[in-house]
Formats: sequence, C-alpha cells, structure tokens
Amino acid sequence: MSRVLVGVKRVIDYAVKIRVKPDKSGVVTDGVKHSMNPFDEIAIEEAVRLKEKKLASEVIAVSCGPAQSQETLRTALAMGADRAIHVEVGASEFNTMQPIHVSKILAKLAQDEKADIVIVGKQAIDDDSNQTAQMTAAMLDWPQGTFASKVEKTDAGLTVTREIDGGLETIKTKLPAVISADLRLNEPRYATLPNIMKAKKKPLKKVTAKDLGVDLTPRIKVVSVEDPPVRQAGSIIPDVDTLVAKLKEGGHI
Amino acid sequence: MVASMLRSSTADINFTCKLCAAAVSLLLGRIGRWSGREIACSALSLARSALAERDNESCFFLRRLQSTLVIAEHNNEVLLPVTQNTLSAAKKIGGDVSVLIAGTKCTPAAEAISKAGGVSKVLVAESDVFKGFTAETLTPLILASQKQFKFTHILAPATAFGKSVLPRVAAKLDVSPITDIIGIKDANTFVRTIYAGNAILTLEAKDPVKVITVRGTAFPPLPLEGGSAATEKAPEGDFKTDLVEWLSQELSKSDRPELTSAKAIVSGGRGLKSGDNFKLLYDLADKLNAAVGASRAAVDAGFVPNDLQIGQTGKIVAPDLYIAVGISGAIQHLAGMKDSKTIVAINKDPEAPIFQVADYGLVADLFKAVPELTSKL
Repeated sequence: MSRVLVGVKRVIDYAVKIRVKPDKSGVVTDGVKHSMNPFDEIAIEEAVRLKEKKLASEVIAVSCGPAQSQETLRTALAMGADRAIHVEVGASEFNTMQPIHVSKILAKLAQDEKADIVIVGKQAIDDDSNQTAQMTAAMLDWPQGTFASKVEKTDAGLTVTREIDGGLETIKTKLPAVISADLRLNEPRYATLPNIMKAKKKPLKKVTAKDLGVDLTPRIKVVSVEDPPVRQAGSIIPDVDTLVAKLKEGGHI
Repeated sequence: MVASMLRSSTADINFTCKLCAAAVSLLLGRIGRWSGREIACSALSLARSALAERDNESCFFLRRLQSTLVIAEHNNEVLLPVTQNTLSAAKKIGGDVSVLIAGTKCTPAAEAISKAGGVSKVLVAESDVFKGFTAETLTPLILASQKQFKFTHILAPATAFGKSVLPRVAAKLDVSPITDIIGIKDANTFVRTIYAGNAILTLEAKDPVKVITVRGTAFPPLPLEGGSAATEKAPEGDFKTDLVEWLSQELSKSDRPELTSAKAIVSGGRGLKSGDNFKLLYDLADKLNAAVGASRAAVDAGFVPNDLQIGQTGKIVAPDLYIAVGISGAIQHLAGMKDSKTIVAINKDPEAPIFQVADYGLVADLFKAVPELTSKL
C-alpha cells in the first residue's frame, strides 16, 4: 500500500480574463476569483482513485502559499484527501516563489511523510512553467512519469502512459516515483456538500519553508509584466468566394 | 559582436556627457574655484575609464565565458526541425555553441547538425541506454558534459522532450529553469509568456547557469548549411538506470506536414460534431498542404487524438495561415495559435470570441462553407 503526496496550487480561475498591473510588476490578483489549478484537481482525483482501489493507504494534499491556500487544501480534502499540509509563505515571498522552491519543499515532505508516489499537475495555469514534477523527481532521485494520461500500479512499480508530441508512449517506473498529470488522466469529481462539511474536520497541519529547511531566495528578478501585442481587428467577410479571393491576395493559395 | 558593443558604448558616453553637463551646471554655482571645463573633462575621463573597464569585462565574458549547449531533439532517424529554431536562439545569446546528440542511433542527426553554421562542436553519445530518450538517463549525461565544458547556458526545444528533461537537469544543478522563452534581451534576460499567453514576462535570471527551453515558433530555423563543426564523443559515464524502463510508443501516423512546423493549419473544434466529420477538414487540408489541428473540446470528445491539440496545454503553433473551423476561441485555445500570421475563422456563432482575433471571419455553417471552400481551391 502506497502513501500518496499531492501538490496543489491556488491560481486565478482558468475562465478569468487576467489584467496586467499598470506598474508592470505583475497581474492583478486582489478581488479576482481563484480556484485550484485544473491539473491539480486531476492529480487529487487520481490519488483518491488509487485509494478507492485499495492501492493507496493515505492521500496527503500539500499547498505552498499565503493563508488563502487553505481553501484550496479544503477542496482537496473534500474531494477525498485524508489530510493536508499548508506550507505558509508570505504574500511577498510567494510572488517570487518558483518551482525550484516548491519542488524542494515537496521533496522534503515526501521524505518526512514517507510517500511512495508524488502526484502534481503537469503545469500551473498561471506561470505555465511545467517544471515542478521533474524537479521534485530530480531532488529525490526518483523516476518521473510526466504528462501522464494513464497510471497503473503493478507489483514492482507503475506503468505510465505519457502524452508526447507525436502520440503516446508507455514507460515502467520503479517506486517511489513522481507523476505529473495531463488533462486526459481522468475526470475530476465534484466535492459534494456532505464531503465539504466533513473536510472541515480533517486535519490540516501548518508548517513554514524554514521549518523544512528550504531557502526561498528568489532566483529571478521580474523586469516587467506586460500585455501581449493586440492583434489588429479583422473583418467579417460575406461568403466563401471572398475568402478564396482574400487567401489568394495573401499568397496562401 | 565586439564592434556592436563599442558602438553602444559610444552612445553611452554621449549620454553620460549630457548627464555630466547637467551635474556640472549644478556644481558650478557652489564651487567657484573649479572651472566647469575641468570638471566636465575629469568627469568624462572617469566615465570613459569606467566604460572601458566594463567593455573589457564584457568582451572577456563573451569571448571566454559565454558558451551554450543545445540538446538536440531527434528520433534516431532524423533531426527534428525544432532543434534548428533552438540553435537560432542559442546564437542570439552569443558565444560558443555546442550541440549534444544522444540516442540509440545518432549518425543522421549528427551529420545534419555539423553542417549548421556557427556550431563549434557536436558531442555524440550513442548507446542503447538512451532508448526512449528518458530524462533519467539523459540527465547524468548532460551533467557530465556540463562538468567538463562549464556551459553558461543549456538549451532545448520546449517540446514534450525538452520540458521533461531540462527541469530535471536544472534541479541537479540547483538552478531555476526558464520555460518556453519567446525572446532574448541579453545573456541573462529572457522573455516568456504567462497566464496562457495573456501576459508577457521579462525576467532576469540570477543563477550562474541558465537552463532554458525555447519556443520553436518564436525563433527562425537555423539553416543546416555553411558550417563544418567537429564531431566528438560526449563524456562517457555510467548512465544506465533501473528507475525507469521505456516500453513502447504509439505514434499517430500522417502524411500531412508536422503540426508545429506547418505553413498552414486547418483546425477543428466541437462544431465538427463527430470524428467522421473531420474528413471535411482533411480534404481542405490536402488542398492547402496543411496540417490538421484541434481544440481541446474536439480532443476530449474523442474526435481526434490528443497530440493534435493546439493551446495552452497542447502545441503552440504560429503558421502563415490558421483556419479555425467550429472553434469558439477559448483563452486556452488562443494561447496556442494567436501568433499565426493570418487567422481565418469559420463559425456560425457571430459572437464567438475567435472572431476577435481572426483576420477574416466567415459567419456560416461549416458543413456548407468548408466543402464549398475545398471545391473552390
């Protein structure tokens, strides 16, 4: 029976049209709807399914961030995680926190909690880094099953189907291992009201990065955050003939 | 390179002079016994010597210290074109460019890349150990190469391959990797997109080694001609691992151009209603010699395989012509295609967000418009 550690991040909701701050220091997050990173919902779902199949003994959800990250952890608990660890990071430190810091925290917790499988989403939809799983695996010297669309537990380890550029590939990893979830891994469940109520009573431990011996010194300096160039407005054309003419004009045919 | 540095430093001196003059006019009021001219001269000479020192440092930095390793992506048969885009990015950083080719069969890729202009060295690591290009075997190889040659930059394409391997390398070097760059300001300053392409982040990396994945569509491909780089064996070591075993691959077969490097793309969404209806797009694509892509909705509905998905979590494309058929244009889809040169949208919903980025929008039923377009081409 494995113990599963799942990393979850609180991000601006995927449907929100973000706004860049006028001083170019970042994007506006105050008063903006946040929710769990969609890939992390998939990671939690996969961990809970492993538990339901009696392949995992315990699911531990971890989030690094300011106080509001606890809401995200409660969501994970409502989806079926057994307990949660909140790694408290102040708002200003959180701004410069990067996957390298998070992966050091996850690696330390994976060892402390004696986890056999670490599952995270393949990328957070805010920084779009796609690094945390790979870096956590490296810190631990564990194998990595990135961009997983299917995970099967076998006696010796895991069989992971990965989404790669030309199609799919299948690898076999030893345990312990780190997995990153792609969109197609599963369909995350909704937390029901009774489960949300129950989640309030589940244990949530608070620690700091310092407790875990992880240094959060920034590795990058944000020079600017700006709006992307705006495309010039196009035109609505009346029929296919006009489209053919326009394509000819543009040298496309 | 040095010449351009000198030019820019001349401009700096002019600028410094203006500043000095301003400072001098302030000082003149207070210190009567110094003539303005003397102060201006001494200030100028100070500025000059400071600049000269900085130039010396920069030249030294560029000539002696700056060196980039590009991890080539190939499939044991051919070099993948995105490697050429990555080489362009490497050349933009400046300094020496080396390429590492690892796999079970490296000769075709090594031969191709040694012809690329401006590549100084091609390191080849051919072994059965690298079957499946697993990150667990490539990471120690890259680390061994890094240990021997002390590169300042390690680059790979931002593909499934590059994204899987480079963060593992970065963690081992205790540096923060930089994903999917679209621009290079200088050797330490890079541009990338965040929030599904809705914001552009310019960042300065503070780590001594920069580990970077490069967005292919943001850099032109470097032609594989005009060079004659020496090929040598990559550092040897025990790169075998029992952590992971590569079992098999299931690649989607297609005679059409590869999605990320195609000049034209025809892409379908939920509006196609079924996988069978995608045939309409294949017919159109054949006329245009285009690749076929899809939105997440079309992939999730099972119309087409996942590797055709274009968007924030799929492939990023920037063809000359992108024809979006039955695609509403969600933020996540736009992230993957809005740098296309010409965007055409065919959708029956005039309110669809795709029309806000389309150069030419046709409000029509795709089941009529697409066959008509195909027949008229």
